[in-house]
Amino acid sequence: MSQYSVWSVLREGLRGQTGWDRAWRDPEPKPEYDVVIVGGGGHGLATAYYLAKNHGITNVAVVEKGWLGGGNTGRNTTIVRSNYSQPVSTQFYEHSLKLWENLSHDLNYNVMFSQRGQLGLFHTPAARDAAAKRANTMMACGIEASLLSREQVMKMVPHLDYSENARFPILGAMLQKRAGTARHDAVAWGFARGADNYGVDILQQTEVTGILREGGKVTGVETSKGTIRAKKVGVAVAGSTGHVMRMAGIERLPIESHKLQAFVSEPLKPLLDCVIGYAAPGAHFYISQSDKGGMVFGGDLDFYNSYAQRGNLPIVQDVAECAMAILPCLGRVKLLRHWAGIMDMSMDGTHIMSKTPVDKLYLNAGWCYGGFKATPASGWHFADLIANDRPDDLTAAFSLDRFERGHTIDEKGMGPTPKLH
Amino acid sequence: MIRIKCPFCGERDHSEFSYGGDATVEYPALDASVEEWNKAVYQRANPRGPHREYWHHLNGCRSWLIVERDTLTHEVGTAEFAHPGLTEALK
Amino acid sequence: MSGYRLDNGGLIDRSEPLSFIFDGKSYSGYEGDSLASALMANGVDIVGRGFKYHRPRGIMSASVEEGGAILTVGAGRFREPNVKAPTQPLYEGLIATGQNAWPSVQRDVGRINDVFKRFLAAGFYYKTFFGIRKGTKDWMIFESFIRKAAGMGRASREPDPDKYETAHASCDLLVVGSGPAGLATAKAAAEMGKDVILAEQDFALGGSYLSRAGGIGEAVAAINGLREAGVTILPRTCAFGLYDGCVAGMIEQVTDDPGLHGVRQRMWVVRPSEIVLATGALEQPLAFGNNDRPGVMQANAVRTYLNRYAVSPGKRAVVATTNDAGYETAHDLAMAGVPVTLLDARDMGPDAPEGVKVMRGMVPVRIKGSHKVEGVEIGMLDDEGYAKARDTLSCDLLAVSGGWTPVVHLTSHRGPKPVWNDDIHAFLAGPTNEPIRCVGAAAGVYDHDACIASGKAVAAGEAGPVPQAGAHPALPLYEIKSREKKFKRFVDPQHDVTADDIRLAEREGFVSIEHNKRYTTLGMATDQGKVGNVIGIAIMADASGRTIQETGTTTFRPPYSPISIGALAGRGTYMHFRPVRKTPLHDWNMRHGAVMTDAGLWKRPWYFPRDGETVDDAYIREMIAVRSTIGLCDVSSLGKIMVQGPDAGDFLNRVYVNGFAKLPIGKARYGVMLRDDGVVYDDGTVWRMSETDFLMTTTTANAAGVMAKLEEFLQTRWPDLRVQLTSVSDQWAGVAVAGPKCRDVLAAVTVDCDLSDEAFPFMGIREAKIAGADVWIARISFSGERAFEVYVRGGKAEAVMDALWDAAKPMGGELYGTEALGGLRIEKGHVAGSELDGRNSLQDMGLGGMASSKKAFIGKALTQREGMLADDRLQLVGVAPVDSDKRLRAGALLDSRADMVDHGLGFITAVTDSPELGHWIGLAMVRGGLAEWEGKELTSYDPVRDGNTAVRVMSPHFLDPKGERMYG
Repeated sequence: MSQYSVWSVLREGLRGQTGWDRAWRDPEPKPEYDVVIVGGGGHGLATAYYLAKNHGITNVAVVEKGWLGGGNTGRNTTIVRSNYSQPVSTQFYEHSLKLWENLSHDLNYNVMFSQRGQLGLFHTPAARDAAAKRANTMMACGIEASLLSREQVMKMVPHLDYSENARFPILGAMLQKRAGTARHDAVAWGFARGADNYGVDILQQTEVTGILREGGKVTGVETSKGTIRAKKVGVAVAGSTGHVMRMAGIERLPIESHKLQAFVSEPLKPLLDCVIGYAAPGAHFYISQSDKGGMVFGGDLDFYNSYAQRGNLPIVQDVAECAMAILPCLGRVKLLRHWAGIMDMSMDGTHIMSKTPVDKLYLNAGWCYGGFKATPASGWHFADLIANDRPDDLTAAFSLDRFERGHTIDEKGMGPTPKLH
Repeated sequence: MIRIKCPFCGERDHSEFSYGGDATVEYPALDASVEEWNKAVYQRANPRGPHREYWHHLNGCRSWLIVERDTLTHEVGTAEFAHPGLTEALK
Repeated sequence: MSGYRLDNGGLIDRSEPLSFIFDGKSYSGYEGDSLASALMANGVDIVGRGFKYHRPRGIMSASVEEGGAILTVGAGRFREPNVKAPTQPLYEGLIATGQNAWPSVQRDVGRINDVFKRFLAAGFYYKTFFGIRKGTKDWMIFESFIRKAAGMGRASREPDPDKYETAHASCDLLVVGSGPAGLATAKAAAEMGKDVILAEQDFALGGSYLSRAGGIGEAVAAINGLREAGVTILPRTCAFGLYDGCVAGMIEQVTDDPGLHGVRQRMWVVRPSEIVLATGALEQPLAFGNNDRPGVMQANAVRTYLNRYAVSPGKRAVVATTNDAGYETAHDLAMAGVPVTLLDARDMGPDAPEGVKVMRGMVPVRIKGSHKVEGVEIGMLDDEGYAKARDTLSCDLLAVSGGWTPVVHLTSHRGPKPVWNDDIHAFLAGPTNEPIRCVGAAAGVYDHDACIASGKAVAAGEAGPVPQAGAHPALPLYEIKSREKKFKRFVDPQHDVTADDIRLAEREGFVSIEHNKRYTTLGMATDQGKVGNVIGIAIMADASGRTIQETGTTTFRPPYSPISIGALAGRGTYMHFRPVRKTPLHDWNMRHGAVMTDAGLWKRPWYFPRDGETVDDAYIREMIAVRSTIGLCDVSSLGKIMVQGPDAGDFLNRVYVNGFAKLPIGKARYGVMLRDDGVVYDDGTVWRMSETDFLMTTTTANAAGVMAKLEEFLQTRWPDLRVQLTSVSDQWAGVAVAGPKCRDVLAAVTVDCDLSDEAFPFMGIREAKIAGADVWIARISFSGERAFEVYVRGGKAEAVMDALWDAAKPMGGELYGTEALGGLRIEKGHVAGSELDGRNSLQDMGLGGMASSKKAFIGKALTQREGMLADDRLQLVGVAPVDSDKRLRAGALLDSRADMVDHGLGFITAVTDSPELGHWIGLAMVRGGLAEWEGKELTSYDPVRDGNTAVRVMSPHFLDPKGERMYG
């Protein structure tokens, strides 16, 4: 693998870019692996990477039916933060954030994690108290957070709507300075290149068509390129979780698939230097600006079960209204593209990382809105779960059986209605 | 825009409705076991393809409907009153 | 390029000169000009700079696919970045500015990047810039420079001053595009009696008619025919997306100058039964050396400038073509008196047009000239697709036709991937079972008469057109490869993606077209690949030894061309962003000095200040009044649902944890309902008016949700129950009359209403009359004082409130708002939204005793799960500061240690300064609850506001725990 650095970029510039290797190999499948990961998105690739790096397990294949990062990894709005409401989630996402901070160096690949800070606006005294509780929870977990007054927010982002015409006045914001955005595709490519470098086989255009079991234990996968035997199988296929788990005889899961739209404007010179989250009655919105200059934003789900990666007009209009509600200067900015990703919406708004009723079959699913920011920690802990066949302290709470046991982790307090999480 | 033919109001945009989830779920009796309730409340088949689902005509006649819809293409088939006696009663 | 205005012709009004400004310099054009044609007529050649290398760019096209002339239009609050000059009609006083350049597009210092271009290959930024230091600090320094260099136009930071609106329409047929095929389809369909809407993105109707010599007259005739046939015509309206149910989203540019009250753009949501796409085709460029220089244009665009705008883009032209289209351009140039040489990459082709020198088998290899086209080196292709320059033609215009790409974006929005057609070397719409058809060039039919025929045929319900290669098939040529590395061959001129970039990405393993797009940014610019996609895919296919069909295409996403966010938001801005809900007493409250607060969508009185009081002063005074004399509060926002029918009691029994079937007539009862998962959902009172009539009240927040849930139960789970639900939340107003003198107030305003404890006990309800209005009165209390709530029809609310206030005020009464309401309920230990956060069990709230053991109810089963019964759950307690001078804060955490290292034992949910107790108190959720912590000290941890405060845990019922005040 060619090492990436400023020197390699200069050297290749001088010799006409002829010396670059493939970022990852394109191998034929071996007949057997120690671990097969189903799903070549960020989570699957990160899992393979950490299996090799943290556990020395390198006889691993990542099996992907399409192209790497073609699911939600390459469709999200790229926000990374660790300001969750439930303490166990805060701790999990904080581990992820810590991994993000050194990910470019770790992978020798610039994932462009930009810690430009996230402002979570609030609009009522009660929402201020809720923000304070969240910030206090973070501080108690050792995560820096602060509460900004309206005046401090005005100073930081002068062109939000502070006028009397604003339907919901901005009273202030919670700030997480270490939050930010990253380059989503680069995360998939960086983990793929890193895993490949450890000897992991990345098998693109290889669709899993069956999960092989003997006596309640997984033994491999059937694929469009033949049978691949495996001692352990990890499934990380957000958006297709039900489909794949059905192959292992698991007919029902506490997950519904919903679509979430994402939006990007035409590129602009710098207009917004931080990430903004907006939650008001009947409104949910988040926006940042990519390094290329596009305003990247999104809002609510389309609110019905769907496997179509395209959205519908009511949410397009709703999200545009939200954009105007906080940044009325966006009226003359033009929307360039909108699309949708399929979200695994779990029954309590929190992900599932767990052993399953099938021995040596592991499930990583149900990420709701949190999947992208979770990528490194998801890989880290899922690898640990697979390597040791037991959840670590941070993962135990995210088990599949928490629903029947009554230990749900309800991020928004909306109960078993996936569309509301 | 998904268009749903409400049997009472006619064809309307889906934005008039509120999605109500999987209509094949059979809620058990109130005094049924924890296991039965766990299954009904939490476990979903979540199919990719044809799906029987509830839509509540929230900003219309407020009927709960059972709609056949494909979750992959969003193609809508039949839409009927969820209440079994309503179709007959309205005749 | 040195364009100039022709003496005759064009769809311009030479009697209407318009002046405009570009980069500070004044120019003039005519009514009917686009900004691009006016610039061209004035001989302006450099109008932009490339994204990465800052190379000069000129006008490349005559429509939305423009990759060079992308400008900022307007100034100050009116500035709109990234306007494609060919799509912008000229108007008097238009101000345009070049982008991505300093000090100007003519002299841009960013040009230095072009010197370093060898280092700036595709994806170079993934390989460097992460810096030496751990963490993200180094990258963020680089990033700040990259961000400034990237982006295109600069947006205003001031609010958009203009207005937008939304319109809805239905029709039998929506035709998109007003070229020959679109006009023919619309006319034929309208004559068959169909209701037709026709949308055209351009500001002039006619499509390719307008590019043809003599086409303007034909277009006018065709459009007149359409109007006579009754077609609704929407010019300057971009059908930007097709959504489920074949619903089309369209944006109409109503005017460039709406003034104070007008509308700038209108969004149309159209629900057609059928759609015909007559969206035409995009002319493809060719990749060859320095093909981004000003003066290189689409061949068909050259015709548009000549015939529609009467502007010649150059004085000496070369046309390079792979198909017959170049001949028409050459012909029209020659007719305009421009010397022209035609290079046909094929060995055959039509006869040379009059006055045109045709060179067969010749292709452009490289443009000469550092700032604009000064000539073109030409050569012949070898078997491997390489060409070597062997001659140079002097020119200032190179018109290129690399074949056509039908505009099938809208069909792609519906899901079907475009399919490659080997006969015409183009992607056509994929198969669909939806009523969407393509006609004319959008279906791969390029001949003018065939386009018209295809429109008529499809309108008549006949089969769509079959594309054919014709007598002189086009040559599938995308790139003229050169063994000289030095010259960039641009594929995507907006994002500065070159053929070498695509090959490099392929070598590095980005072989999926989606990977290649994302790695090189091909097709991600503001034209969304209209210019570069197909040649990019062809180069990928060539590099990886696959066919174009195997390589595939990326998914087209809406919008077809960029649309303003303001138009999508329509009227849903500012105070209309979300509905403002006002109670029937809103105006009354305002007249009596209320300061309002947002409670969900409601405006509710927060407090009623006197003489410059702060909220903290006011709510204490209001609380004291309720505890000592009397207070009135508007509680109309509570949900109110009539539950009626023979099975209403049974129904309520199933919905609430406690029993209602045996509630006596004339009595109310507090009830709590759970969700299916056993978590507390909502609480309120239920009043029994008769054997079969109940009134349910809900919290303000859950009013709509409870109603929907009850309807769900009755229609889907228990259809056998004979119950009718009616929401009366908006129809009824409610007033809390709370305090020791509540009976005196009611006695003063009611007639024949016995208010004695015997006749009207706690939780009793009565009908009565106040100020001539029929009211229901219930003796219920949220504050813990003796209190009544009075409900009345909204229309009579002010009269009733006037009467109550006239009685209460002389007794020392006060109006109170939500802040005092909250304080009073905290003193009493009544839970509300801040405690009921969707995660609590009944036991957590100290309400476990309410659950009936005699009946089943919603949520009961799942309350029996282990996690719902655990002792260490968060449970409701009261807290007070150990030092009674200290204040408390909602949102503070609680822990037994001062140096919290984990997330603690719980948190404070709501606080108030209690005038009754003389210090702050709060409600809190703590692991283990009172059983574990009563009487013990905890630390309130609030680092983001007040720091640590020692608190003592106690019963949440701070005041009158036995309820003596309430019961009387």
